Amino acid sequence: MKTDHHVILRVTAKFLIPIITLYAFYVQFHGDYSPGGGFQAGVIFAVGIILYALIFGVVEALRLVPATFARTLALFGFLLYGSVGVWAMLNGGLFLDYDFVIPEGPDGHWGQHIGIIVIELGVLFAVAGSMLTIFYAFAGRAPEIDDEDW
Amino acid sequence: MSDVANTAAQVAGPDLSVILIDISVLTMMAITAIAIARLRSLFALVMLSGVYSLLSATWFVIADAVDVAFTEAAVGAGISSALILGAMLLTVRVAKEDKPLKRIAPMLVVVITGAILFYATIDLPGFGDPDSPANSYLAQEFLQRNYGDIGIPNVVTSVLASYRGFDTFGEVGVVFIAGVAVALLLGFGERSLSASLKKKKGGEK
Repeated sequence: MKTDHHVILRVTAKFLIPIITLYAFYVQFHGDYSPGGGFQAGVIFAVGIILYALIFGVVEALRLVPATFARTLALFGFLLYGSVGVWAMLNGGLFLDYDFVIPEGPDGHWGQHIGIIVIELGVLFAVAGSMLTIFYAFAGRAPEIDDEDW
Repeated sequence: MSDVANTAAQVAGPDLSVILIDISVLTMMAITAIAIARLRSLFALVMLSGVYSLLSATWFVIADAVDVAFTEAAVGAGISSALILGAMLLTVRVAKEDKPLKRIAPMLVVVITGAILFYATIDLPGFGDPDSPANSYLAQEFLQRNYGDIGIPNVVTSVLASYRGFDTFGEVGVVFIAGVAVALLLGFGERSLSASLKKKKGGEK
């Protein structure tokens, strides 16, 4: 264990990080009705992990979210977005034409709803994974933050 | 002012309290910008640019651009501060003092650009004017047909995800490529981290 110079910081962060992560998911899934969406949610989610890394150390954060997982997540999100477009094409529509995501009548909006939710999930994964990959690339190079630097 | 008066029923002009909030937020932004230009400590600079982003997010909220404000707060104040902090750890902590003569050219550029922008604001339509070009043509059309087309109340989401889904796909691609590019330039993190930890354990070198 490290010295306990930052006990207030640690306790506050332990309290805040779950709320930040939960808020990211709220922003994600409430994006149809209120400001926000995949980009903001992905960034907020990544900030929660980065806050954890800044306070408890990058090694601990790498055990929580491995770097391999982060970059796989980014790739998976990008492919998920693209695959919705290809799925609409396979169903006879144009690329990313959500009206063709599920078969329904001309006035139905379920295709649009499902399409938007899936591509926003893709945006969330891609943004969160890319941001964490960028952060790990920087943080992996730096030595651990000394106490004097705060 | 006379043609604005016709639409005054829909667009009430800003009252005094809004003007006071506008002035105070913009003054704080100006003070932060001057402090950023004068400071040399990189840590303070990162923190102040986060403060600047948060203030501009507040300013966007006042201007009713809530989605932009949200993005500015999350990206500008949140993750870019954290990422620049991470980048700062790789370099020195204090920026070099530059020569006084070298400051004249940037100052001139800033002053001239500012003067041109001030001159351009004279031609801008009134704030929230429903007859302004930005509010008249495509925006009207999207606001009217959005619910029938997509069935989602938030127009920003439906424009971003559905009408311009291809564009957003490109943006996600840009973010993904940025992540890949940084990882290719700096290494994936865990390997260089374990190397630096080994180096630390083995003493010098």
